[in-house]
Amino acid sequence: MGVGGFVAARGSDSESSNQQEGLILLLDVGPSMHNVLPEVEKLCSMLIQKKLIYRKFDEVGIVIFGTEDTDNELTMEVGGYEHVVVLRNIKVVDGDTVESLQKLPRGTVSGDYLDAIVVGMDMMIKKYQSTNKGKKHICLITDARNPIKGPYEGTKEDQVITIAVQMAAHGVRMKTIVVRGRLSEDADRRIVDENDRLLHLFSEKTSAKTVYVENSTSLLGALKTRNISPVTIFRGDLEISPKLKIKVWVYKKTSEEKFPSLKKYSDKAPPTDKYATHEVKVDYEYKSVEDPGKVVPPHQRIKGYRYGPQVVPISSVEWDAFKFKPEKGVKLLCFTDASNILRHYYIKDVNIFIAEPSNVRATIAVSALGRAMKELNKVAIVRCVWRQGQGNVVLGVLTPNLSENDKIPDSFFFNVLPFAEDVREFQFPSFSSYPASLQPSEQQQKAADNLVMMLDLAPPGKEEALLPDFTPNPILERFYHYLELKSKQPDAAVPSLDRTLKRITEPDPQLFSESKSVIESFCQSFEVKKNPKLKKSTRRFLREKPSGSDDEGGYGDASNALAIKSDEIKLLVKVDKIGDSTPIQDFEAMMSRRDSPDWVAKAIKDMENKICNIVENCRGGDNFHKALECLVALRKGCILEQEPKQFNEFLHHLFRLSQEKNLGSFWEFLASKDITLISKSEAIDSEVTDDEARKFLVKREPKLE
Amino acid sequence: MELDPDDIFKDEEDDSDSEFYQERESSKEFVVYLVDASPKMFNTTCPGEDQKNETHFHIAVSCIAQSLKTQIINRSSDEVAICFFNTREKRNLQDLNGVFVYNVAEREYLDRPTARLIKDFDCIEESFMKDIGSQCGIVSGSRENSLYNALWAAQALLRKGSSRTADKRILLFTNEDDPFGSMKGAAKADMKKTTLQRAKDAQDLGISIELLPLSQLDEGFNVSLFYAELMGLEDDDVAQFMPSSGQKLEDMKDQLRKKIFAKRIVKRITLFIANGLSIELNTYALMRPTTPGAIMWLDSVTNRPLKTERSFICADTGALMHEPTKLFQSYKNENIMFSMEELSEVKRVPIGHLRLLGFKPLSCLKDYHNLRPSTFVFPSDKEVVGSTCIFIALHRSMLRLQRFAVAFCGTSSHPRLVALIAQDEIVSAGGQVEPPGMHMIYLPYSDDVRHIEEFHSESNVSVPRATDGQIKKAADLINRIDLKDFSVCQFANPALQRHYATLQALALEEDEIPDCKDETLPDEEGMARPRVVKAIEEFKLSVYGDKYDEESSSMGNGKANEASRKRKAAAENAANESANYDWADLADNGQLKDLTVPELKLYLTANNLPVSGKKEALVSRILTHMGK
Repeated sequence: MGVGGFVAARGSDSESSNQQEGLILLLDVGPSMHNVLPEVEKLCSMLIQKKLIYRKFDEVGIVIFGTEDTDNELTMEVGGYEHVVVLRNIKVVDGDTVESLQKLPRGTVSGDYLDAIVVGMDMMIKKYQSTNKGKKHICLITDARNPIKGPYEGTKEDQVITIAVQMAAHGVRMKTIVVRGRLSEDADRRIVDENDRLLHLFSEKTSAKTVYVENSTSLLGALKTRNISPVTIFRGDLEISPKLKIKVWVYKKTSEEKFPSLKKYSDKAPPTDKYATHEVKVDYEYKSVEDPGKVVPPHQRIKGYRYGPQVVPISSVEWDAFKFKPEKGVKLLCFTDASNILRHYYIKDVNIFIAEPSNVRATIAVSALGRAMKELNKVAIVRCVWRQGQGNVVLGVLTPNLSENDKIPDSFFFNVLPFAEDVREFQFPSFSSYPASLQPSEQQQKAADNLVMMLDLAPPGKEEALLPDFTPNPILERFYHYLELKSKQPDAAVPSLDRTLKRITEPDPQLFSESKSVIESFCQSFEVKKNPKLKKSTRRFLREKPSGSDDEGGYGDASNALAIKSDEIKLLVKVDKIGDSTPIQDFEAMMSRRDSPDWVAKAIKDMENKICNIVENCRGGDNFHKALECLVALRKGCILEQEPKQFNEFLHHLFRLSQEKNLGSFWEFLASKDITLISKSEAIDSEVTDDEARKFLVKREPKLE
Repeated sequence: MELDPDDIFKDEEDDSDSEFYQERESSKEFVVYLVDASPKMFNTTCPGEDQKNETHFHIAVSCIAQSLKTQIINRSSDEVAICFFNTREKRNLQDLNGVFVYNVAEREYLDRPTARLIKDFDCIEESFMKDIGSQCGIVSGSRENSLYNALWAAQALLRKGSSRTADKRILLFTNEDDPFGSMKGAAKADMKKTTLQRAKDAQDLGISIELLPLSQLDEGFNVSLFYAELMGLEDDDVAQFMPSSGQKLEDMKDQLRKKIFAKRIVKRITLFIANGLSIELNTYALMRPTTPGAIMWLDSVTNRPLKTERSFICADTGALMHEPTKLFQSYKNENIMFSMEELSEVKRVPIGHLRLLGFKPLSCLKDYHNLRPSTFVFPSDKEVVGSTCIFIALHRSMLRLQRFAVAFCGTSSHPRLVALIAQDEIVSAGGQVEPPGMHMIYLPYSDDVRHIEEFHSESNVSVPRATDGQIKKAADLINRIDLKDFSVCQFANPALQRHYATLQALALEEDEIPDCKDETLPDEEGMARPRVVKAIEEFKLSVYGDKYDEESSSMGNGKANEASRKRKAAAENAANESANYDWADLADNGQLKDLTVPELKLYLTANNLPVSGKKEALVSRILTHMGK
C-alpha cells in the first residue's frame, strides 16, 4: 500500500483541508544508495508535486540519513543519532519541498535506518502529539544492507518492538521501500537477513508495510503518489438467497488516474489585474436550425431519440414514468466454472467486495465462500444495483481474492460482464483453414516457442518485471516533470522519457541481450516483406516506421535491416527509370508511384526494353535468369495493374524475338519455368482463357530435336 | 495540426466512432418481403401461440411486422419493401397484374422503415380485403402469371444501389408448394420455365431468393415440387430445407432488439517484435457497452432539432472570445500554461504502435488487472506479408506454454501497458463462439490500483478466517447453485430493452408499453428447491450459528449505522419543526418565498423530498408536492 492508501478518513472523496496529513520522508542517502538516488528524487518530487495540486494543505518533513553531518533535535537533547539530518521540518508543502528533493545530498557513511525512524517519530510526536491519528505517515526508503547499531541494553528486536508500540499508540503508519536485487547485488547476506527480519517485526506489531523492489522502474512505482480516500460504492447485503444475506462493502479496486483537469486560459484580463483568474467559461446555447438567431430556453428543450429516420421526442416526465427502475441490491444469480468466463469479457475497471469491517460472521462467510470457490475453481455471477434510483443493473463476476496476510481479510474482486447487446459477433477465419504457406513450419514453431519461453518477464526467483502494481504511468510522470520544468522556465521543451521510464515503453536491453540468440533465431526463421500490391493510400503505415529509429538509444533498430526498409528508401527517392543494378525494385517502385498515371505505362515499357536488352545481349545462362526474374516481375505487375494485354503482347513479341535472334534456348528456358500468358481468371480484361494461356508456351516451343 | 482540447484528454471510451481508418462503408441490406395473398393463404389455418387458429396470411404479416420493429433499431439504415402478390388490385413500377407494393406516405417503395410504416402495417389485415384484395393470379386458361410478376416487380425494386455495397434479398412467404398445379400441359411447362428463368435472372444480378414456406400440420410443404429448382437446391439440401426454414421463421419473430454493428477494423497497428522485425495487426472492438443512442435536442414546441452552439467567455472581463488555445494548471501559486501541441507531445511515446516487451505466465495476470473493454487483434498480410505466419506461431506457443505477452501500446489517446492473451478458436454447433486471435487487455499502473484490502486492517489484530468445515459447507452450497452451461452475455440489458420498448411505443403511439422481462433477476424457484434451501441453511448454521437473525436485524454497526441514525434523527427533527408552520396557509398567501432556505428545507426533509436547488426550486417543489 502506498502512503495514500493509509488515509483513514472515510465517507468522501474530497481532499479538503480538514483532512490534512502529515508525512515524514526518511531517505537513505548513504554510499550504497547513490545509484538509485535519482529515482528516489523523482519519486519523492512526484509525490510532493501531486500534493501541491491535489492536497495543498498536507504537511511534509524530510529526514536524510547516511550523511557526513548530523543535524537533528534528538542529538542535541540526548546525544547519539549521528549522520541523521533533518532537511526540512514538518510544514505545509510548497515549491521549495520539490526543489530540495530534487537535489538530495550524497551521503558518505552507511546509514542507520532505525536512528532515522526514531528521529522521525520524535518529530511526529513533537508536532502533533496525539492528534491526527491515522493521518500520520512515515515513509522510509533504504536498501537496508548496512547493519544497525546495537542498543545499550536489550536486543535490536526489543528496540524495534518498543518503537513499533509507540507508533501504534500514536496512530503513525509506516511504509518501507527496500531497494534490492539488481541494484545491490554484493550485499552481506547475514546483515540483509537481519534487517529484513527487523522490518518484518514492524509490520507484525503496527501498521507498517514493507515492499521490496529490484529495479529503478519498480522503485518509481512503489509508492502511491496520489492520495485518494476510498469511498464505498455500496454498503449492504450480498444476497445469496432471500434467506442468506452477507453484509458487504464495495469499493473501487482499480480506477484510472487521469491528468489533472487543466483549465482553459483567457488572456483578456489586463496584465495589471493581480487577481485575475484567467479562467474561461463555456456557454452552450441551443438554437433553432431554421432561425439561428433564436435561442431556445432550457425549459423549451426536449430530448429526442432516433427511431429509424425520424426522431422521437421523449420528455423527462415520460422518461421517468417508463424507465427501468431496479431495486437497490446485490443478488447472486449462480455459481459457474471459472473457465466459462474468459478473461477478455471483463469490460470495466474493477471493484472489490469486502465483508463489512469488524463483522466477524460476514468476514467468515466471505472467507468460506471465497476459499470454496478457489478450491472448486468456480466464480459467482451477481446482479448489482449499487444505489436506489440507478437506471440500470450491472452484471458481473465475483472471483476470490484470498489473503495470505493474517491481518487482511479474504475478499472478492468484481468485474463487470457485457450484456447480449454489448457483444458484436464478428466472424474470423479459422487459423487451420489458412493455406500451408501461412502456417508456421515445425522449425518456425520451435523458434516461436523459444522466444515465448526465453523472453521472460517473470523468471522464477526474481522480481516480476512490469508488475502493474509497481509500474508508474510514464506519461503522467512526464507531465509532472514537465510541469515542474515549466514552473521555472515557461518555454521549456517537453522532456523525453528517461531511461527508467523507457523500461516501460521499450524492451529492456538487458533482457533482450540475454536472449539475443533466441531473438536472432526467431527473426531469421521468419520472413516479412512489404506487400508489393500496396497502394499509396495505405503507405502511411510503413512510412511511420522509421520514426522509431530516430529515437536516441532506441534498441536494436539499426540492426537487421529489413527488406521493407530498403524498399522504403527507394520509394522516398522517387524512382523514375529502371536502372541496371536493381531493375525489379525500380520497376515495382515506379509501378506504385501515384503522382501521375503515366508511371505505370512507362514502367512497363521500360521493363520490356530492359528484358529485350538482356535477352539480346545474352551471353550465358546467368542472364537468362535475370531476364526471367524481370519477366516474372513484369507479369506480376501487369496482373496487379490489370494490364494483361500489355504483357500478353510482349510475350508474343518476345517469342518472335527469340526466333529471329535464334534464341530457342531462352524460350525453352522460359517454358521450363512455366511462364504463361495472363489468362482471364487472373485479369478480367484478358482475352485469353486458362487453357490457351497454358498451351501458349508448349505450342510455340521451337522443336530443337 | 488542429487539436481539440477536449480531444487530447478525452477518454478513448468510444474509440470505434472516431477512427478514420475504417474499412469500407458498412454494407446495407435491401430486402423485399414478397407475400402470397392468394385465397389459400386466408383459408388455411394452423394453431397459433395461444391455441387459437391463425391464418397463414396472419402469420406471415405478423412475422414481418415483428421483424420490422426489430430492424428499425438494429439496422435502421437497411431498406425494405413489402410486396403482395395474387392480389385483386395492382400497384407496382411496371404496372403488372396481381402485384401490390404496400407503402405509406413520405416513403419510397424500397426505403428505410419508418414508424408510420410499422404502425400502419400493424393493422394491414383490417383494410387488406378492401384496399388490396385477394385473388389467385394463376388460373388455367389465362396467360397471367402472378408469381412471375411478383419476382419481376421485386427485382425492379432492388435495382437500387450496387450489389457490391448492399446485400439484396427477396423473402418469399407462401403456402402454395405447387403454384402451377392448376395448369396443364405445355402452358404449365412454359410458365414454369419462364418463372424459373425470371428467378435465375434475379439471382444472376446478385439477389438472393429465400423461401419461408408455411404449411399445415397434416399436409407438408413439398419443396421439391417447384421451389427447390427455383432456389437451386441440391438433393441433400432439400431434406435439410424444411426444418431449417421453420427455425428461420421463429428467428425472425424472436430477434432481440440489439443494434448491429458492421465488422470493421478500428485501427491497423504494427507489433514490433525485436531487431526491427515487425508484423501488421488489425484491431477490432468485439465488446463495447451499448448505449441507447445519441440524444438529439428538440424544440418542444415545434419538435424541430436544435443545434448547439458553444461560446467562450472570459471569466474576468466577461468578453466573448475565440476558443482558447492554451490551458493552464495552477501550481506553486502560478499559472503554468500549456499549448495543445505541448500536451500532445507529452502523450507521444517515441515509438508508436505496439511494442513487445516480453512474456509472463498467465497466472501473473490478476483479476484486478483491468480498466476498460479489451480489444481484439487479428493478423493481416495486407501490408506486411508474413505477418499471419508469425502471429500464428506466437499464438500457438502462447497457448501451449500458457503465457501472455506484455507490450506497450503507444496510441496517442491512451498509451498503456497491455497484456496480449492468445485465444484459441471455439466452435459450437451454432458456429464460431470465440474467434482465434489475441485479446489486448489494458493494464493499470501502480497509481490506478487501490489497496482497499489493507484499508480497514487494524494495527495488530488478526482477521477471522473460515475453518475447513465452513469451507466444506460453502462448497456444498456452491455445487447446489452451480450453472454448468452459463455463458457470458446470455442476458439482455433490461434498461436498454425497456428504452427500446418505450421508444417504439411512443413512436408508434401505442397505448401501453409492452412489458420487458428482466432476465437478470435470480431464479427464485430454483433457489427455493428443498436441496438448495437445505445447503443454504447448513452453510448459514456453520458460519452464523443461531445468531443469523440477530445480526441481520441489528443492521450492521459502526459508522454506517451512525450516519443513518443521524439522518433519521434529522428527519424526525425536521418533522417536528415543520409541524410548527402552517404550510398550506403560507402557500396560499404566497408567503413561502419569505421563509429562509433552511425553513423550506424542513418541509422538504420532513416529506422526504430532495433538498437541492435554488430557493425558487425549493418553493416550486413544495407547491408541487402540495398539489398547488
